[in-house]
Amino acid sequence: MLKFILKGLLRDRSRSFFPILIVTAGVMVIVFMASYLDGFVRSMLNQNARFETGHLKIVTNAYAENISQKPYDLGFIDMGDEMDDWKKDFPGIRWTPRIYFGALLDVPDSIGETREQGNVFGLAVDLKDETVVDDFRLQESLVRGRLPQKPNEIILSETLFDKLGLALNSTVTLLGSSFFGAMSFANFSVCGTVTFGVEAIDRSGLIADIEDVRTFLDMQDGASEYFGYLPGGEYDDETVQNIKQQFNAKYNLGDEFDPVMLALTDQNDLGFLLLYMKFAMALISFVFVIIIGIVLWNAGLMNGIRRYGEFGLRLAMGESKGHLYGWLLIESLVIGIIGSVIGAALSIVAVLYFKDKGFNFSAILKDTSMMVENVIYTTLNWKNVLLGMLPGIMATILGALLAGLGIFRRKTSQLFKELET
Amino acid sequence: MKKLNIIMILAFALTQLCAAFPEGEELLRKIDANMLSNTMKAKTTMIVQTRRASRTMVSNNWSQGTDKAFSEYTAPAREKGTKMLKDGDNLWIYDPNTDRVIQISGNMLKQSVMGSDLSYEDMMEETKMQESYAAVVTDETVYEKRDCWILDLTAKKADVTYQNVKLYVDKERFLPLYQELYAKSGKLLKTYKVQEVMQSGQRWYPKKVLYKDELKSGKGTIFIVDRVEFDVKIPAHIFTKAALRK
Repeated sequence: MLKFILKGLLRDRSRSFFPILIVTAGVMVIVFMASYLDGFVRSMLNQNARFETGHLKIVTNAYAENISQKPYDLGFIDMGDEMDDWKKDFPGIRWTPRIYFGALLDVPDSIGETREQGNVFGLAVDLKDETVVDDFRLQESLVRGRLPQKPNEIILSETLFDKLGLALNSTVTLLGSSFFGAMSFANFSVCGTVTFGVEAIDRSGLIADIEDVRTFLDMQDGASEYFGYLPGGEYDDETVQNIKQQFNAKYNLGDEFDPVMLALTDQNDLGFLLLYMKFAMALISFVFVIIIGIVLWNAGLMNGIRRYGEFGLRLAMGESKGHLYGWLLIESLVIGIIGSVIGAALSIVAVLYFKDKGFNFSAILKDTSMMVENVIYTTLNWKNVLLGMLPGIMATILGALLAGLGIFRRKTSQLFKELET
Repeated sequence: MKKLNIIMILAFALTQLCAAFPEGEELLRKIDANMLSNTMKAKTTMIVQTRRASRTMVSNNWSQGTDKAFSEYTAPAREKGTKMLKDGDNLWIYDPNTDRVIQISGNMLKQSVMGSDLSYEDMMEETKMQESYAAVVTDETVYEKRDCWILDLTAKKADVTYQNVKLYVDKERFLPLYQELYAKSGKLLKTYKVQEVMQSGQRWYPKKVLYKDELKSGKGTIFIVDRVEFDVKIPAHIFTKAALRK
């Protein structure tokens, strides 16, 4: 029967060409869009994981309450043994300490009095760890100078550096508040400048080695946040949720300074955003099914008119209406499968091209505070390909289901009369 | 006739009531006379109580009028040698470890001093209350077993840090015992509670005060005046930038 249907579709091109074309185009769009959205989400997750959230993050309960204010005085201190326990319990996870802090950066004149001042958003990371340098793409982000190599060297955002009229190797003083609330001063040398494309950091950012900042803030062996990264570097929500549950059950006993683990999706509304993206994708698929379904319904009706005589003859020869209707549905299924396969194949070619080349949005994103990489690469995911093909098949069946209903309105008693005309 | 009697009685009662409350301006004048002096020398202890721990800082302080002030921290070790100079609207801090004199201005003035509940502005703004506020006596109360007037203060100028203040002042000693400090929006920013008082000559002065920044968690900052002398001779060089590095 399938052979017979295929012969019919191939020999009568007007029966198959237009529906296949529509399904091909639709599936291609939906698979490509899903792959692009996946790439966008992946980029957003990576960027957030690198700068803001980690795949996992450990903070104190007190810190978690006001996490948006980054209150480092509610962070961790003297962490030697505890850190070792975490590493033992969750091997394979890469842990890295960070301190976010605010301070006043003061530029002295020749007699050591204030010449210029600016507020800075400080980020202290372990610069001796090359993976951390890679996480931030520090080397690539350098505008001038070099990365800190000696104690008490810092890099500043290019914007702040310009604003304060600094030169490389200038000595500046940071005035802040220590972990215990005392006034804290330290001199640093500016060895380089960076631009990340992340507005908050580019406006007034300062990056320093964590050991120097620990001394400055009186946070011996401490950190405000510990970032954790899964092996392989890609975020996997199921694994992360599992680790989080185990960690919190063991270590978070309710004291305000007990550690609490947060997943990436618990931070920056990323959980909601991921859910929203899934919903958006489902909505796109649904709208696709409806629109293509209506187009194919219309095509089916036109086809029904064109094949009016054929259907009448088949009914007159004794074929039941149900059988004829079923035949039409099978025809549409075959069309749907052929169109979807062609559409998916074409979309895979496009996805593979942009997986390598990417879409460069640097001109658009330069003034936004969105945590997204400048170049978005599509992601080839077989789940997306299959999910794109499914609406293609569903739409053709929906179109045929509606268009074929006309068969049941034909009156057998009038068939010969119709055939005569 | 009956109505007229009622009106007259009410008018009389109102006059009596008003007469029982002193003039707000007069009270502010008396508060200023008690609290301010030509010069002052004091040794103070500040206990900052954060969520994590409490820290005690000791300092020697000198002031002249409401414009000039100088402080030198003597304990703990980390803060020892840190000095602050206020001259009019300017504030400088000297850190002996970096050997830097840093001017504090703009938004930094709203930051906390040494992690306490006091901001640099709080420290700087020792002005005559009469000049900064218009006062209305609204009621009387008993606070910490002392009879007090309740005053509502409204800032006369827009640059006054706290635009509205509710103040309880001791009826006999003219010493403010309790203050609620509000922003222009009506938000309560800080409270000030005198926990102990001391007498020095004719003056009554707060010995122990609890400052609480109501926007911060923590138990507040206790400010203790260990020793105070009024109208003493202070060498002029104390209030110069050169004194910071000495």
